[in-house]
Amino acid sequence: MSLDKIGIAKRIAQEIRTGWYINLGIGIPTLVANYIPDDIDVVLQSENGLLGIGPFPKEEHVDPDLINAGKQTVTMLDGSSLFSSAESFGMIRGGHVDLTILGAMEVSEQGDIANWKIPGKMVKGMGGAMDLVASADNIIVAMQHVSRSGDSKLLSECTLPITGLNCVKKVVTNLAVLEIVPAGGFKLLETAPGVSVADIQAATAGKLIIEGEIPEMQLT
Amino acid sequence: MINKVVANAEVAVQDITDNCTLMLGGFGLSGIPENSIAALLKLGVKGLTCISNNAGVDDFGIGLMLKTKQVKKMISSYVGENAEFERQLLSGELAVDLIPQGSLAERIRAGGAGIPGFFTPAGVGTEVAEGKETREFNGKMYLLESWLRADFSLVKAWKGDTAGNLIFKGTARNFNPMMAAAGVVTIAEVEELVPAGALDPNHIHTPGIYVQRIFQGVNYEKRIEQRTVSS
Repeated sequence: MSLDKIGIAKRIAQEIRTGWYINLGIGIPTLVANYIPDDIDVVLQSENGLLGIGPFPKEEHVDPDLINAGKQTVTMLDGSSLFSSAESFGMIRGGHVDLTILGAMEVSEQGDIANWKIPGKMVKGMGGAMDLVASADNIIVAMQHVSRSGDSKLLSECTLPITGLNCVKKVVTNLAVLEIVPAGGFKLLETAPGVSVADIQAATAGKLIIEGEIPEMQLT
Repeated sequence: MINKVVANAEVAVQDITDNCTLMLGGFGLSGIPENSIAALLKLGVKGLTCISNNAGVDDFGIGLMLKTKQVKKMISSYVGENAEFERQLLSGELAVDLIPQGSLAERIRAGGAGIPGFFTPAGVGTEVAEGKETREFNGKMYLLESWLRADFSLVKAWKGDTAGNLIFKGTARNFNPMMAAAGVVTIAEVEELVPAGALDPNHIHTPGIYVQRIFQGVNYEKRIEQRTVSS
């Protein structure tokens, strides 16, 4: 039994510590916000110029001048602040954002990430992804372990155009939690409920490091 | 105080000619210069290079100017919401230069601030770095990016005064302030135009020195791309 998207989001939420400023990418990362425990105080950053993203608005409070990076209507919280795109990426590039969570098409055992382009298909652009991965100290990738066509997305080297080099620290997939070690390799930290180490080995094309007993994720 | 007011969008954009380079403010459809875009459609200028974070959607924003084939080249960070854009790109009718969003914002800021180049880590080791100088600072690699400037910048603000001072609202600020500074001629449209002195100087986001023309905008649609609500 592998995790669904909500399971991945719930597991990533456990990585979050109080006092952090966090940038959440589009897709599964956005869901993480729903599972941050109430006693953890964090501020979510939206790269289009908002610190302190609130919940989606009630119908009567929808404001076209207040959207997140996914162009969804949002609200502000007590203590929110607004700024320009240059200021926003200044705080990203300047290392003021503590954690970046984003999706990926491929991650390499060196921590390289590819998530912006598939040659020959539509090129949508990298948006803020290259700035985020080049600047953040702590980057967690949320993604499926294998692609829809069944290929492993955890590789020895990325095959798709690179978004950033040596930047991913941790990967949370539907099968496992893995840490990228400095010498290169995916160190298996936890298995998803009901998923065996052998299943994960079979789904991982890059170097998988297995040390001792691997605990199962604890999800509530 | 210098009075920057012009009658309307048609008057404001009338000297924009074929093959100009334009900056257009906005993130998605939020904070885009709706009135100036409508006036450009009417003016019919062609061969434009448009610097804008996004390219609108098929039937709104810059997407309208793509449909009329007025745009020769887009300089953007993300263009994924527009099928006509994709068609023109694949058929070779349209050129596109994709730039990391933070580098785009900073290149525009640098243009307005008189900084011809700066080093950024964004794009190191990627195809964005091809042909660009790289340099190591404190053990980390950075690449040299250059400023961006435009013949005309088209920005949209919430409030503005006759002296060209601007205040933005919410996340509609985005690229507008930097673009205001990076245009040789900056045209600002506002939802509410007030006399000089009516805005608190402490609250001004963009000082009037950057704005050459300002007009009271009309009929704002402010379309929402992803209307998401909670129950």
